[in-house]
Amino acid sequence: MQTVQFAAKFEFLDEIREFVGDIARKGGFTEREIYNIQLASDEAASNIIEHAYEGVNDGVLEISCGVKNGVITIVLVDHGQSFDPAEVPVPDLKADLAERKIGGLGIFLMRKLMDEVHYRAEPKRNRNILTMIKRRG
Amino acid sequence: MEISVQEFKHCDLITVKGRVDSATAPQLAQALETANEGGKYKLVVNMEGLEYMSSAGFRALLAAQRNCKKYNRGEVVLASVPARIRESLELAGFTELFKTFDDTLSAVGHF
Repeated sequence: MQTVQFAAKFEFLDEIREFVGDIARKGGFTEREIYNIQLASDEAASNIIEHAYEGVNDGVLEISCGVKNGVITIVLVDHGQSFDPAEVPVPDLKADLAERKIGGLGIFLMRKLMDEVHYRAEPKRNRNILTMIKRRG
Repeated sequence: MEISVQEFKHCDLITVKGRVDSATAPQLAQALETANEGGKYKLVVNMEGLEYMSSAGFRALLAAQRNCKKYNRGEVVLASVPARIRESLELAGFTELFKTFDDTLSAVGHF
């Protein structure tokens, strides 16, 4: 696993996508899979920056990523507000334009794009750990 | 991300290139709002040169679609949507909210 720390700011999303994309490419994932892994990582990082670090200017987002036996694992660690993903409502994709809610779309996409998404809050250690897993092909 | 706007007789063509994420989506939202403020509600978003779009971009499109469709005064349609972006739009259930066209010519001709 390679680990990089990013400042929790939207302008680093490009670098975050590149970081996971390079590892996925070396790990033999297809371009379509790489796009989806990058999208899921972006959604995860965006949520952390927007919500976990809401109102925080110097937040740090640590991302570890590696491929083993055709499985990519991405771990995002933050030290901001924790949240319960189970409490985020699943967006109603059948709702019409006026009713359509946009909240929760990021988490929804992460779950759809990856094989597994796990979230663990560790308040005693002041950290939250989001793990995403996807198998090749 | 780069945005350019071209005015046609019956609609505006907004061409978005590069990558739309949480950092750049506000610029897209701004371009769409500016069109609306100028009384333009029939908008074609040309995605031919778009490499990437996250849900932050979807949100900007949704807000614009809501505003444009109000009072039946117009709508946002999408042209030349790249395959991977189309897939994620579909996954998010967004393709039902926007008409999509294979090229800008037919999208502009729709209005």
